[in-house]
Amino acid sequence: MSTTALDGPARRFEELLGHRSVITDPVRLRTYECDGLTHHRVTPGVVVLPESAEQIAAVVRICNEHGLPFVARGAGTGLSGGALPRSDGVLIVTAKMRRILSIDLPDRRATVEPGVTNLAITEAVRGLGRYYAPDPSSQQVCTIGGNVAENSGGAHCLKYGFTVNHVIGLEIVTPDGDIVELTENDPGYDLLGAFVGSEGTLGIATKVTVRLSRTPEAVTTLLAAFEDVERGGRAVSAIIGAGIVPAAIEMMDALAIEAAEAAVSCAYPEGAGAVLIVELDGPAEEVAHQFGEVTRICRETGAFELRVADDPAQRAAIWKGRKSAFAAVGRISPAYIVQDGVVPRTALPGVLASIDRLSHEYGIRVANVFHAGDGNLHPLVLFDDAEPGAAERAELVSGRILDLCIEHGGSITGEHGVGVDKSRYMPRMFTGDDLDTMQLVRCAFDPRGLSNPGKVFPTPRLCGEVPGVRKGVHPLVEAGRAEQF
Amino acid sequence: MDTLEALRATGAGIREATPGDAVGGVVPRWVASPGSTGEVAALMRVSAGHDLAVVPAGDGTKLDWGNPPERCDLLVDTRGLTLDNGLVVEHSSGDLVARVSAGLPLGTLNSTLAGTRQQLALDGTLRAGTVGGTLATATAGPRRFRYGTARDLLIGVTVVLADGTVAHSGGAVVKNVAGYDLGKLFTGSYGTLGVITEAVFRLHPMPADRRWIGVDLPAPWSGGVPAPQGRSAGAGTGGASPAGAAPRQDGLDRLDALVTELAAAQAEPAAIELDWPDPRGGPSVAVLVEGAAAGARAETVRKLMDEYGTARIGTEAPAWWAAPPGEDVLLEVRVPPTGAHRALRAVTAGGLPVRVRGSVASAVLQVSLPAGVDRAAFADLVAGVREALRPLGGALTVLAAPPELVREVDRWGPSGAQALMRRVKERFDPGRRMSPGRFVGGI
Repeated sequence: MSTTALDGPARRFEELLGHRSVITDPVRLRTYECDGLTHHRVTPGVVVLPESAEQIAAVVRICNEHGLPFVARGAGTGLSGGALPRSDGVLIVTAKMRRILSIDLPDRRATVEPGVTNLAITEAVRGLGRYYAPDPSSQQVCTIGGNVAENSGGAHCLKYGFTVNHVIGLEIVTPDGDIVELTENDPGYDLLGAFVGSEGTLGIATKVTVRLSRTPEAVTTLLAAFEDVERGGRAVSAIIGAGIVPAAIEMMDALAIEAAEAAVSCAYPEGAGAVLIVELDGPAEEVAHQFGEVTRICRETGAFELRVADDPAQRAAIWKGRKSAFAAVGRISPAYIVQDGVVPRTALPGVLASIDRLSHEYGIRVANVFHAGDGNLHPLVLFDDAEPGAAERAELVSGRILDLCIEHGGSITGEHGVGVDKSRYMPRMFTGDDLDTMQLVRCAFDPRGLSNPGKVFPTPRLCGEVPGVRKGVHPLVEAGRAEQF
Repeated sequence: MDTLEALRATGAGIREATPGDAVGGVVPRWVASPGSTGEVAALMRVSAGHDLAVVPAGDGTKLDWGNPPERCDLLVDTRGLTLDNGLVVEHSSGDLVARVSAGLPLGTLNSTLAGTRQQLALDGTLRAGTVGGTLATATAGPRRFRYGTARDLLIGVTVVLADGTVAHSGGAVVKNVAGYDLGKLFTGSYGTLGVITEAVFRLHPMPADRRWIGVDLPAPWSGGVPAPQGRSAGAGTGGASPAGAAPRQDGLDRLDALVTELAAAQAEPAAIELDWPDPRGGPSVAVLVEGAAAGARAETVRKLMDEYGTARIGTEAPAWWAAPPGEDVLLEVRVPPTGAHRALRAVTAGGLPVRVRGSVASAVLQVSLPAGVDRAAFADLVAGVREALRPLGGALTVLAAPPELVREVDRWGPSGAQALMRRVKERFDPGRRMSPGRFVGGI
């Protein structure tokens, strides 16, 4: 589609939103060409910055009239290219929708606009005994709208679950441009549950009501240093086996520790081949009891140093290395790929050994950072982009790691989403029938396939008309640009 | 091949239905007992080819919930289903995950898991029945307050659609955001989208210890009649102590204050339940504290509850715990947490002999009535409660009721997203053969 095809719609957007909320200047458009997955770049056809659900609905209706694809974007921190724009379409940015609409402490909930950051919700109720539990590592900047699209997790989702477990109501603009409320109390299908994590393919969330969790009475964070990942892994198994569900259990291997040390001088115990961070929270008596158990287990499984944090400053010191890990590998490698895959927790030792073998086989270093409690791996595949062939080998290793996840009955993504990055892996994890069935949901919400097309699913498919409501041939079929099946 | 022959050729056991197989009064023609997902798929293909309307069933404990099906040719009895390896439970204890056949009774699952000190944290309530039936009706018990409901514990699902397509979503790992979550869509879908044949659940460790703390509250109203109006609408108590009570407070406001305090308690109750057997008398509140140091935490809760009556700690659940208040006529009311007392006012306003029980801190309450309740009075109650709760974002559904009682009543009530729901149904079941008419808006 040429730029001129967007001129008409762009004028209508300007009438609707005002000049300052519509971007058509090529230089400014480029600001939006990628999200956190920077190697996929597409300059959007036009960018709009609406301020209300009604404006988004009007924009979406105009998109429908013109058959334009549209993509929603929050802060653009996503790591799977879920907010990658379309050059022939409209990027709907929620940056101007940043109001916290209501905080209802007795009902333990808050209603916010989609552009509100994750952390802003917790900040708004700080000191009032409540907080918003999901805590993706980008929580200072990522938006709740993006969290809803991606079903974001975070380090503490082992105990507290994901976005979908904390969102109790949504107002959405459907791909047709209707404003619909999805609530937990209304009878009927759990469309709320289906919408969360649909990566923008079922519409755009315009209001989000979240549950506010009780701030735990006590929090204790423990850092345990082990000679190697295997011993650390044994500690994790023993902790889970003892019936303890910590708020978080994180592990870093030697290379990840080295990177964190280089970047933020986190001063983790010298000689550690693996560090384990275990965070316990809840009633003080329970935490005290579990802390005793966890320290005993760590010692028994070979921890050579234990550090304990009881206050926020000490806790921050322990988390510093872990939280910096992704960016830190930049200090020890010119380029890297952040992978996100999941294996059953008990398969971790075998999978880590296989990753090690891959690393040697391809001559590509892999630093491992992972949510050990739920088997969510974040291998950081390091390479030198100046070295011919290195990027390809790194890509290969990264892909082979996902194969390992699938072979072990895991998932190709635990929290970063499928987006454009992993849609090609979907047929390895799911059968054609599985994907076709998911497509039925897509077709119910978005029969014209305009909402974030090209994401999640490997091949664009058109939705047949529902029997009895046939309205003639799809325009793309008519134009000979697509087949219907 | 005639229909019966075709059904028999699927390999599933087929028999003629009897009046005892009726679903909401509608007697099917045949009952099929498949042993595998593959046989369910074959049955569904035959049903598609012969235009048979299908209703999936487990133990049948909740089979009469929802509207009667518009038609029902084939009842698919899921109780004989096994996984592809012939088992009914595949437990990965180190991963705190279990893959189970949908036909397995929930109680059997938990007794199987108990040996490993693990559990599916989904209480059997309202006579639990099978895993599939529990999912299809989205029932959950007291511990929904701590662990959420079936949708929050289900991490993978296998379903068979109306045309025989076998589809999976999710998987065997807790953390997984690949693809749409069909499990959410099928949980609470009342058999209208397909047949659930397998489920994968995340499990929790069995708590080391448990305590129940109970208190009986006085009758909320003198003379057994509600005051003309309670506290002004919409205001929460924010955990106000009874000492700071507003002048017009009655017993239900005090209940609300107690529940708000309990929900915020640092002892972290796993469940906060109400039983109010007779509006003329007083309600009881019972709290479950489980896990490490349950005794010490229970003592904290007891002190808090003692402000409202004489609280006692026990190691056994009260007799009414996780049981339905009644079964013949059963309603479910849902409101935001601080709306619970208003829901209680609304259900008692008509003076009918209601019995209320449920998760008061989550504000999901079950209300039962005697089977012989007057039809007009019942219709007025349903309409009145819906009217009263609508401004709060609350809802009332009629779960169980004799058909003649609900002839003039919409069992489901309004739902904001009905148009989208209908579109989902049209895509999954364009021939309207899966439990037709049973669900919201006649879906």
